[in-house]
Amino acid sequence: MRFVDEFRDAELGRALAGEILAVVEPGRHYKLMEVCGGHTHSIYKYGIDDLLPANVELVHGPGCPVCVIPMGRVDDGIAIAHQPDVIFTCFGDMMRIPGSDGSLQDAKAAGADVRMVYSPLDALRIAKANPDRDVVFFAIGFETTAPSTALTLKRARAEGVKNFFCMCNHVTIVPPLRALLDSPDLRLDGFVGPGHVSTVVGARPFEFIPARYGKPIVVAGFEPLDVLQAVHMILRQLAEGRCEVENQYSRVVPYEGNLRALEVLAEVFTLRPHFEWRGLGFISQSGLRLSDAYADFDAELRYAVPGVRVADPKACQCGEVLKGVIKPWECKVFGTACTPERPIGTCMVSSEGACAAYYNFGRFARERQVV
Amino acid sequence: MTVSDREQRILGIIETARAKRAKFRDARITMAHGAGGKATQGLIEGVLLPAFASPALDALGDAGIVSLAGGDVALTTDSFVVKPIRFPGGSIGELAVNGTVNDLAVAGARPLALTLSLVLEEGLAAEELRAEVEAIARAAETAGVRIVAGDTKVVERGHADSMYICTTGLGVVDPRAALSPAALRPGDRILLSGRVGDHGTAIMLARGEFELGAEIESDTRSLWPAVDALLDAAGPALRCLRDATRGGVASVLNELARASGVAMVVREADVPVHPAVAGAAELLGIDPMYVANEGKLVAFVAPDAAADALAALRAIPGCEDAADIGEVRTEPPTMVLVETAFGGRRVMDQLVGDPLPRIC
Repeated sequence: MRFVDEFRDAELGRALAGEILAVVEPGRHYKLMEVCGGHTHSIYKYGIDDLLPANVELVHGPGCPVCVIPMGRVDDGIAIAHQPDVIFTCFGDMMRIPGSDGSLQDAKAAGADVRMVYSPLDALRIAKANPDRDVVFFAIGFETTAPSTALTLKRARAEGVKNFFCMCNHVTIVPPLRALLDSPDLRLDGFVGPGHVSTVVGARPFEFIPARYGKPIVVAGFEPLDVLQAVHMILRQLAEGRCEVENQYSRVVPYEGNLRALEVLAEVFTLRPHFEWRGLGFISQSGLRLSDAYADFDAELRYAVPGVRVADPKACQCGEVLKGVIKPWECKVFGTACTPERPIGTCMVSSEGACAAYYNFGRFARERQVV
Repeated sequence: MTVSDREQRILGIIETARAKRAKFRDARITMAHGAGGKATQGLIEGVLLPAFASPALDALGDAGIVSLAGGDVALTTDSFVVKPIRFPGGSIGELAVNGTVNDLAVAGARPLALTLSLVLEEGLAAEELRAEVEAIARAAETAGVRIVAGDTKVVERGHADSMYICTTGLGVVDPRAALSPAALRPGDRILLSGRVGDHGTAIMLARGEFELGAEIESDTRSLWPAVDALLDAAGPALRCLRDATRGGVASVLNELARASGVAMVVREADVPVHPAVAGAAELLGIDPMYVANEGKLVAFVAPDAAADALAALRAIPGCEDAADIGEVRTEPPTMVLVETAFGGRRVMDQLVGDPLPRIC
């Protein structure tokens, strides 16, 4: 595959691994957090850890859109899915996220019309094909996916579609990062910045990380060479005593972001005063709802939902995993009570979740060299 | 430095838990139970095996072996519910013949005869039925099997999607074959008979849900010629065979690693994949190793016979791209590892969930 295989070249990978070794300070332990679940997935899928010395530790962050959905929101979605004449649509991973009494997949088996879609436009298409039913799209994701939901809603309005509704769970990336940096139990040396989100918001919003918290951040792409190069750039900043926002993913990320997409977001969405994150609790100004101009499409206004805040199961340590405080295998229920086929926590469901990635790809003894 | 002892201990506990026979604890059947991954395993090991326990069934081969006075016969059955019923490279009729023939072939049995059950939906066009009957007849002739009995049922409109087909196959176990998961030894080579993921991808694209334009055809074909050639070339050095249908090559390797307590290492760069399949899989976030095939087998061969076996395989039409993709090892037991093309390693686990329902 052209334009893809070039970023998976084993020889270039080995060369970069050599350069990383050269900038690592012997005896120092580095903890770098990759914010985005896409990076977590790449790291395990390609075995990137194997190319790093053991004292460069990659810590997985909160940027997996499925992982941060709290149980109460899943319950609300299931309640809507069970309404008569509703076709409930969501992304595939979302179907397996446990609510307090089963998942959307269980609701489907029990008779609800729940359908997996690959994009919000698929959901709109279903709405147009079923004019006598309500079609609800369960929207999730950071600024990465929010523009596609926004454009779909704009199209629905332009085409006069009256039976299409959105249950909005979109979130923004900066507030959880700030919350994370403010938490006292965190010791990180730097961040691999989220590439996809940055294609929309740009690299500028991350300036507060070096400025206020004194940590370097390098916005990175998702191919294995991208991740290795970002690690190298962070380590080089540390070695040279620099601390700034750098952009490894400049082939798609402009510093100012995508202004057109940001405009559309501002038109269709409004910040909620606060939004609950799985394991992280309520974070103010971190979630989006439909703006008043799009209230007609808001599933939360159309349907009465329980709206109950459901506490995470006691045994579940997703919050600590999402903050990088513990490794997936350090969770009390990891791999025994909580597995991908019978998940307790969200991190075990999505392929971008740290627990699922570690369980599916990383569950074996590695021999790595300490520098 | 090795991984921390604590991590190691936890990994040990997890593998012990995984080695236990799977339980079935679900309240209802979901699509995942039909996907050939962990949920299917739970259904088989938790509900079916305990009810019907017999040595032939417990072996969990693709066909059951029954000993008769004159020798061993292999018996197998399969249902076909693919949607759409016609797709590039084949149709439900061909699948129904080749699927069952292949289950016999990889049990080391020469396919002899099939029975055929048709479940037809009210309103099905006679023309469509005729086309499938002809496809069945052609595929049976090509595979050298006869249809010796059959049954027909019709259900109300909406209760079957056009048609479902069930075939049962009978074959005679070849005297050259001594195939068993228990025969796997560290050092054995893993051979794959061609490119992976063609069938699943062809079905996916034929459904038109993704608006991807690519020319990919199902690989549906009889695998008996390939098995025959392998038995000739390797004889008793041929340890075990599996056809990599639902759940793909990854599922087959996991099943065998678990059944025989060995480890397997696959070199990703050596696995043949059609560029269009690789492209579609990349876009959809699916690993081709988990995508279904309908004419691909995985063969485990003793190291000194592997080169001859591979050459024999490549001489068979449809197996020109056959490759040696890895080997059997001792550590870590019951696990399948991948050496990634990028130079790292990872686990290749059983499939969880259902990337693509009703592909066969």
